[in-house]
Amino acid sequence: MKIGSPKEITAGEARVAMTPDSAVQLKKLGYDCVIETGAGAAAGFSDAAYEAAGVEVVKTAAALWKAADIVAKVRPPEEVEAKRLRHGQTLISFFYPGQNERLLELTRDQGANVIAMDMVPRISRAQKMDALSSMANIAGYRAVVEAANNFGRFFTGQVTAAGKVPPAKVLVVGAGVAGLAAIGTATSLGAIVYAFDVRPEVAEQIESMGANFVFLEFEQSQDSAATGGYAAPSSPEFREKQLAKFRELAPEMDIVITTALIPGRPAPKLWLEDMVALMKPGSVVVDLAAERGGNCDLTVADEKIVSANGVTVVGYTDFPSRMAAQSSTLYATNIRHMMTDLTPKKDGVPVHNMDDDVIRGATVTFEGAITFPPPPPKVQAIAAAKPKPKPKELSPEEKRAAELAAFRKATRSQVTLLAVGTLVMLLIGSVAPSDFMSHFIVFALACFVGFQVIWNVSHALHTPLMAVTNAISGIVILGALLQIGSGSGLVVVLAAVAVLIASINIVGGFLVTRRMLAMFQKS
Amino acid sequence: MSIGIVSAAYIAATILFILSLGGLSGQESAKRAVWYGIAGMALAVGATVFGPGIGHAAVLLLMVAIGAIVGAYVAGKVEMTQMPQLVAALHSFVGLAAVFIGLNADLELGRVLAAKAAGGGLDHFTGFAAKVAAKDAVELSMLKVELFLGVFIGAVTFTGSVVAFGKLAGRIDGKPKKLPGGHLLNAGAAALAVLLLLVFFATGGMWALLLMTLVAFFIGWHLIMGIGGADMPVVVSMLNSYSGWAAAAIGFTLGNDLLIVTGALVGSSGAILSYIMCKAMNRSFISVILGGFGGTGGPAQEISGEMVAIDAEGVAAALNDADSVIIVPGYGMAVAQAQQSVSELTRKLRAAGKTVRFGIHPVAGRLPGHMNVLLAEAKVPYDIVLEMDEINDDFPSTDVSIVIGSNDIVNPAAQEDPNSPIAGMPVLEVWKSKLVIVMKRGQGTGYSGIENPLFYKENTRMYYGDAKKSLDELLPKIG
Repeated sequence: MKIGSPKEITAGEARVAMTPDSAVQLKKLGYDCVIETGAGAAAGFSDAAYEAAGVEVVKTAAALWKAADIVAKVRPPEEVEAKRLRHGQTLISFFYPGQNERLLELTRDQGANVIAMDMVPRISRAQKMDALSSMANIAGYRAVVEAANNFGRFFTGQVTAAGKVPPAKVLVVGAGVAGLAAIGTATSLGAIVYAFDVRPEVAEQIESMGANFVFLEFEQSQDSAATGGYAAPSSPEFREKQLAKFRELAPEMDIVITTALIPGRPAPKLWLEDMVALMKPGSVVVDLAAERGGNCDLTVADEKIVSANGVTVVGYTDFPSRMAAQSSTLYATNIRHMMTDLTPKKDGVPVHNMDDDVIRGATVTFEGAITFPPPPPKVQAIAAAKPKPKPKELSPEEKRAAELAAFRKATRSQVTLLAVGTLVMLLIGSVAPSDFMSHFIVFALACFVGFQVIWNVSHALHTPLMAVTNAISGIVILGALLQIGSGSGLVVVLAAVAVLIASINIVGGFLVTRRMLAMFQKS
Repeated sequence: MSIGIVSAAYIAATILFILSLGGLSGQESAKRAVWYGIAGMALAVGATVFGPGIGHAAVLLLMVAIGAIVGAYVAGKVEMTQMPQLVAALHSFVGLAAVFIGLNADLELGRVLAAKAAGGGLDHFTGFAAKVAAKDAVELSMLKVELFLGVFIGAVTFTGSVVAFGKLAGRIDGKPKKLPGGHLLNAGAAALAVLLLLVFFATGGMWALLLMTLVAFFIGWHLIMGIGGADMPVVVSMLNSYSGWAAAAIGFTLGNDLLIVTGALVGSSGAILSYIMCKAMNRSFISVILGGFGGTGGPAQEISGEMVAIDAEGVAAALNDADSVIIVPGYGMAVAQAQQSVSELTRKLRAAGKTVRFGIHPVAGRLPGHMNVLLAEAKVPYDIVLEMDEINDDFPSTDVSIVIGSNDIVNPAAQEDPNSPIAGMPVLEVWKSKLVIVMKRGQGTGYSGIENPLFYKENTRMYYGDAKKSLDELLPKIG
């Protein structure tokens, strides 16, 4: 089967859904690859590079749509593209089926199967094809870069001969993938980063990235496990508290990056006009939610505006496209992973297994029917947060009492053991001949010495210990030696064999021990 | 040489043996300790050979010479991965020798009794027979019990070790197998042996002794056939212990204190090793002997998630980025003969300035301390090879843990799932490190057949393939 990627026709879209690298991997799955000429040019992949990777380059979009059995794209298809879809053809792209009902119906009418990369469920198995996360990661990085570009000062604090430069203060609202990427980028540029999220459990992640978690005292907090790891709308009281906190922070912050999104709803307004007014001139607000209406009141989608008090508000919606080489690479890899799951036999024939959570979740039209929205996945995305029981701290008195009890117990068991041992000895001694008893004393003492000595042998030397005890137990040779002088022929033969095998034991055991010990070397 | 000098030599040999075992407390002193052992053995054998009551010197010398040559050849040739087999084979020799010596003692006893009954003089007896001739009636019956015991333990040790050898060398299927009747069969055989002891004691009939030997052979065979896989370290150390007790029993038979002392030393050493191994698996000695894992208290915890595979490039990138690495080897490393590659990896990582350490679980491999010897052979310095207790607290501050061919000893179910068959077993907490790379041949479960939730953890990556091949593929990409 053939997988093809057309040139994106949406204005300003520089990404491409197939790279020469991903094509090589797709070929390993048994697919032939085809690409429209110039599709990768904006992302820095030339036609020649594709050809070198064994990809067929076709001249027109029409030819590509005709040639490919599976079309991989970045943006949702435009109407003209959707009309090119034919019965049985598979389309893989971002689709946003919740907002694009008309498009959904159109593709269904064309009879095509559509896999929406934005509908991949958030379970750990599907992480490798989670294109939203890969794009969000890039957006977070790029947001900081855009902010730096529009910010007239350093991010990092410096003391120079020409004077002191204070570090920039950055507030990241929403610590999803994009937020965390922004935090990481901003901290590595040297800024002091604060981050806020409605989900208290992400505090740890925020702090691990080097930012300060803006803590909000509030009773009812969200457990995001119920919503598949995404944030849910918050109560009005909570919102008021949150906004008050932001108002308090606004005058201090140089950069504000907002990334708050709630699935299937317009972006919540979190950075209001009055907060922008409180900010210092020259500050920057980057709104990553601009496409969905923006978190900031002043945001204008796809534009950069400057507020009355000199605060720049960046509302671009094409951050990933602005880093087309990187985002194409990641997106193409996500697509490739999706194809891997679709092609379990690696024979170039996709198997559309609708029992698979991931494939089922991402498929929005299948065999002439709309399959959106999907049923809830069988596997929970994230385990529900469990209350952690705290181990009981022992007070010094309790500790001492416990130690004393343990000591007493040890003493008691030792004394019991000694008493029982003595009793057994006495019993044996009352019946056994004296000759036996003298040997028995030696035996008991030797056992005791053995126990004392062996406990000190280090773990690492247990194998040499076994080898050396092996050699030493060859001491039975003495028994055979004492018998070999017998007058009986049978006894001599048996004793001779015993001598033979015991000598193998002795020599073999000692030599192999020596060999082993010689290997132990200190660095 | 007089009896007095022989006794003095025996005392010296005893002390040397104790020093030899005691010296194994550290790697450096151990190198000296072997020589103590060799000196002790030379002294003991020399004193006996040149002492009173020895005949057939030519046969004796020939046998010792052949034995020494075979022993030296085997010791020089054996691969370190084959150590478990070798140790088991050597145990079987001790067992067999004990059986022969016990039977001999009975033969000599028979001759002496026959001579006594004929009313002839007892002066022509030499060696051991002379000693027997000097015994009174009570001592003679004691002797019977002693030699019976010696033969019994020796016979169990012999067949048990032969089976263990077969399993470790892969010549017998390593899975636990039992005849119908299971342990009742063993119990029945043991009861039969006790019965035969009474018969032997009463009649002194040689047939009872021989029949008991066969019964004991059966017990040894059947007992060890029923144990397998990861329990082998316990089996080997248990047989080690038995071979010691066999020597001690023979010592009682012959009235030889050196044999008694040495046998007791070896016996207690094996017993302690078995105890340590059992403790490391959180299992009682009885349950190991009875074979297999016991019933579970309930359904195992559900495992969610998926195994995520990784390729050589990914592993190399992770290792190149890491500052601290802990390697946890298991039996799979020995099977794949990957220790040299592991050593090379260690050398490269250390040369790049990274902290590399090894975490060794007490029951890793098929012999106590097996991994240490393999790593030592591959020239991994022993001061970076640490025990479980020494290293377990360091996993949270470790960037990458590499698990090579081990499974149950890194299974988090032991701590997290109270229903798991291995619940409570101390394990290496690799999952606490930032990234765990598991090198494994396929997706199957380990010896115990227990699912390992470690493989499904989010910070775990599976690097499939033969350990040695995978490592060799990885090596050029490091650095």
